Amino acid sequence: MAIEKKRLNCIVCPMGCEINIELTDGKITKIEGNTCKRGEMYSKEELTAPRRMLTSSVRIKNGMLPLLPVVSSSAIPKDRILDCAEALRGIVAEAPVRAGDVIMPNILGLGVDMVASRDMER
Amino acid sequence: MAKYYDVIIVGGGPAGLSAAYSASLNGAKDILILERDAEVGGILQQCIHNGFGLHHFKEELTGPGYAQRCYELIQDDPHVEIMTDTMVLEVRENHTVLAVNPKYGLMELHSKTVILTMGCRERTRGAIRTPGYRPAGVYTAGAAQRMVNIEGYIPGKKIVILGSGDIGLIMARRMTLEGCKVQAVLEISPYSNGLTRNMVQCLDDYGIPLYLSHTITDLKGKGRLDGITAAKVDENMRPIPGTEFNIECDTLLLSVGLIPENELSRDLGLDLHPLTNGPVVDQHRETSIPGIFAAGNVVHVHDLVDFVSEEAEIAGKYAAITAAKTAAGQMDPPAEDIPVEPGNGIRTCVPQHIAKTSNGEDVKLFMRVTNPMRNVRLELRNRNKVIVSKRLLVAKPSEMLAVELPAEKEQALRGILHVAVCEEV
Repeated sequence: MAIEKKRLNCIVCPMGCEINIELTDGKITKIEGNTCKRGEMYSKEELTAPRRMLTSSVRIKNGMLPLLPVVSSSAIPKDRILDCAEALRGIVAEAPVRAGDVIMPNILGLGVDMVASRDMER
Repeated sequence: MAKYYDVIIVGGGPAGLSAAYSASLNGAKDILILERDAEVGGILQQCIHNGFGLHHFKEELTGPGYAQRCYELIQDDPHVEIMTDTMVLEVRENHTVLAVNPKYGLMELHSKTVILTMGCRERTRGAIRTPGYRPAGVYTAGAAQRMVNIEGYIPGKKIVILGSGDIGLIMARRMTLEGCKVQAVLEISPYSNGLTRNMVQCLDDYGIPLYLSHTITDLKGKGRLDGITAAKVDENMRPIPGTEFNIECDTLLLSVGLIPENELSRDLGLDLHPLTNGPVVDQHRETSIPGIFAAGNVVHVHDLVDFVSEEAEIAGKYAAITAAKTAAGQMDPPAEDIPVEPGNGIRTCVPQHIAKTSNGEDVKLFMRVTNPMRNVRLELRNRNKVIVSKRLLVAKPSEMLAVELPAEKEQALRGILHVAVCEEV
């Protein structure tokens, strides 16, 4: 049996718990140090298929400000974050916009929408 | 405009908005928020990243999302009036506020209470005395954040960041997402000054190198910045000769700390604390002048907006109570005062003193440790007895700690309340 130890810093909340993980033959056999259930889920995901939320901004026409902040509706595979940021570059929204409005649906076919973070009046 | 307000709030950031919400909830009828920007929300409007609100709204929000939530709580409240584009010039001891805006000109506003929620400002290049020329391309991280997230400009393409405060780390990722190359983050301390989660998701994720115990010894370029010289520092934070190396860059972002914005408080003559740089407050966030309250980053720099809201709600509540008492002509007899003294391992603690009341409320204390530590016990001691003890696996200067003092223990306090950390045995 090959036992491997890994240490992660949980990024789910600002507590930033330090999590120690033990893998036996590549399978997680022990998770320690997290102070909530979300930390356990984060550890499993981080070791198998890490994901991150994406926040950025897009141009907006007729808005009271020139840019509209946007956020992904759920986490995106970590290795596609830069591609998604690139894909947002040409997008132009149009005011008025409400927080939660979809600005770019199904970004790069990943099943995640980019939505407005705030209202933006004309 | 009301003739005589219950509560005037100086600043419409998260602290101001939360204070207004709480003041109204606790019975204040005429509440006025004065905001110098064109819209409320304060610095949150440019903090477009997420991670806000997990404690306060039980939901993960972006900065603008959090601001909007705070605003929605008071948007339709007939008791809350908001004046934007309004600059406060002076706050007086008798709770009169002098403000100016393009619509009404100079205004003298009268109120029963005032809540100061001006937030904080970034330390600048001058504050840290960076050597070298004065080329274009040197910005504070927050100024760059505003350019990139609100105005729509990129300050440069090749970036070095001095200081590992949270804004610097967040900007390292933000600039990377906008197609810039972040060459390095330099931190003069032997440990990072940002939240751990930001180290992971802003630097590690993008392979951005962090140089601990390093600083800048020279800025190169005459018209525009074209590079910096970095060097390792010794334990006294002085550059070690011979360790210098150059990093090419066209932009330098400074993320070297925040200072509570207290010009108004200083002119008003409030007692300010030399380490927090904010007004000295009791557990109700009342300052050294009765009826003047303060909350949020103007009191002490927070790392979480959630705690800013929590603190502002306390200030809002007690401003409302004070306003009601003033209206009824009631005056509280002066309460017994318990100083809160930071001891071993604690740099600052807010509130700095506790006014002993019999309102049956728990008192929450917020503090920062002097240096990173592991497996320690945070203790509240009174009359040589440990009255509250909390075990901490990790404690860092960059992450504010909170501990509750239960009401019945507050009632039993005598003399000084000591706050300290000790080794876990």
